[in-house]
Amino acid sequence: MSNAVKVLRYQLRDIVRNRWMLAYGLVLLALTEGLFRLGGDGGRVILSLLNVVLILVPLVALTFGTLYLYNAREFIELLLTQPVGRGAMFAGLWGGLALPLCLILLGGIGLPFLLHVAASPIPTRSLVVLLGTGCLLTAAFTAIAFLIALRFEDRARGFGSALVVWLICAVVYDGMVLLVVTTFRDYPLETPLLTLILLNPLDLGRVLLLLDFDVAALMGYTGAVFKRFLGTSLGIGVGLAALSAWTIVPLWFGLRRFRRRDF
Amino acid sequence: MSPWLLVALWSLQAPAGTSRTLHVSPGGPLPTLTAALEAAAAGDTIVVRSGVYQEPEIVVRKRVTILGEGAPVLRGGDHQILRIVADSVTLRGLVFRDVSPSAVDDRAAIRVEGARGCRIEDNTVVNSYFGIYLAKAAGCAILGNRITGPATTESLTGNAIHSWSSEDLVIEGNVLRGHRDGLYFEFTTDTKVRDNVSTANLRYGIHFMFSHGCSYTGNRFIANRAGSAVMYSRGVVMEGNRFLESRGASIYGLLGKDLVDSRITGNLFASNTGGLYLEGVIRVEVRGNEFMSNGWGAVVMADAEGTRFERNRFQENSFDVSTNGANATTRFAENYWDRYPGYDLDGDGYGDVPFAPVRLFAFIVQQHDPALILQRSFFVSLLDAAERVAPILTPRMMEDARPSMAWPAPGIGQ
Repeated sequence: MSNAVKVLRYQLRDIVRNRWMLAYGLVLLALTEGLFRLGGDGGRVILSLLNVVLILVPLVALTFGTLYLYNAREFIELLLTQPVGRGAMFAGLWGGLALPLCLILLGGIGLPFLLHVAASPIPTRSLVVLLGTGCLLTAAFTAIAFLIALRFEDRARGFGSALVVWLICAVVYDGMVLLVVTTFRDYPLETPLLTLILLNPLDLGRVLLLLDFDVAALMGYTGAVFKRFLGTSLGIGVGLAALSAWTIVPLWFGLRRFRRRDF
Repeated sequence: MSPWLLVALWSLQAPAGTSRTLHVSPGGPLPTLTAALEAAAAGDTIVVRSGVYQEPEIVVRKRVTILGEGAPVLRGGDHQILRIVADSVTLRGLVFRDVSPSAVDDRAAIRVEGARGCRIEDNTVVNSYFGIYLAKAAGCAILGNRITGPATTESLTGNAIHSWSSEDLVIEGNVLRGHRDGLYFEFTTDTKVRDNVSTANLRYGIHFMFSHGCSYTGNRFIANRAGSAVMYSRGVVMEGNRFLESRGASIYGLLGKDLVDSRITGNLFASNTGGLYLEGVIRVEVRGNEFMSNGWGAVVMADAEGTRFERNRFQENSFDVSTNGANATTRFAENYWDRYPGYDLDGDGYGDVPFAPVRLFAFIVQQHDPALILQRSFFVSLLDAAERVAPILTPRMMEDARPSMAWPAPGIGQ
């Protein structure tokens, strides 16, 4: 275990010096601050940040995650000559990426909110949901990125696959949901729809956050069904489990590949 | 006019010198309002001093003025408190309390039955089944009353002000809350409803049917559970009202159904799930209203005939306008749309390219309600972007040929 921590600490130091990470943090910071400057109150800033978090976070996690693992190839080979277990190594690598990404997200979005807390009321619950969703998405999509990078030897193919995964989660999936809704309009769709939404981490994050806002009121009967389900502790548990599963399952598969991989 | 008729008319008036003032007070010579009404003659004034009065139903059969002094409380129970059957009765400054609900009759704190010219002013009604109930009344004024219901359930509360088969009323400056409907009109004509506040009622803020030629101005309808509904009426004028915070599935700030030749002007619809809903309306003019921060700004069904939306302001609504069919005949002109992406090269204050306010996604949602779950998703943003790139995707059933670049639109005084 201490090996994992050692790897993680090294990674942290390495990644903090990375220019792209800095850029990512600055973009988040500038965006959030900009939204405040444009005259938004806390609630509206969060609502505007919603799509940023849902689009940018997975994209960054996926591209950065795959590139990172490809670039770490030599480092991994070097470390594997040392007495370091593969499990510890994998945990260190993943933690060393997901953790700083989460911290940057928390800082980049959280800081402007802290600065403006006196000027406008902050809907704390929504902010927690936003940041929590962002962190869970970071964890999930870095894990998926690792799985992809380990699956494809070729860097271009790996990078391409990462983009395809992002495209599916962010766009294609919702198109499919719309298709389901229009095709099966004569049937009660609330439960199937709920299942579909639970299956996509991006949709789940969006719905969780939207239900916290006034816009939920206009989501009609379906919205009411969602709110009733996700408002209960069972619903919250299921939602969290679904989001966490997106981290755990790819990690587990990734680890299996990592163990068998012949570097 | 013959002199005899003049004499006859004069003798009908109570001689001014003989009009008396009677005092009701607990423990006084007239301990109840009922006793005072027995003793009074037409034209008298009855002053009710402060105290709590528990009497059987009080019936006002004479033309009297009843004034409360120090907010006297008239208590009800299992019956109505006060029933007015005589013309020209004035009721001012009394407190009415506790009329229990009934499944059999519509008990009210104050009932006006077949009377003309009554004036009910500055009273307080608390925890009553119905508040003020007007049946076949005419020429009555209901002014500045505060009516607060028990806010239990829809079936256990009546309406704050209920008017049935009446005409020529003035209802002004009342505050109505916690009842089933704040204002309820059925078969009521030529009535003016001004500057009332109707809020937190269990069903509609205002609800009227078959009530022609009525006008509603300067009222506020806030956070009523089912918004407001106006139906099956002709010649309705709604002006300068505020419809706020009506939220929930198929709940609208103002629901208009089968209205004919009516005007909806200068109102504010804000923070509602749906701002304005029009179905089966004929020749309705919607002008100079503001639709702000609603889920849907305006929903106009395709069966609306000759409806015009002019010089309205649509800002920060999730969907500005929605409809359910392709053959909509509703006309839009000179409205301000915050989503309008066009330009104004000739600088006349109006955009040079038409604006189609019904978004593709809004149209889809109108037909498939569950699709709303995709609201604010990246996919829907892409749909919007696709509409901009390929305008053929935008449903063209409604179009503002001359969208205003600013609000208020240039050239009007408001």
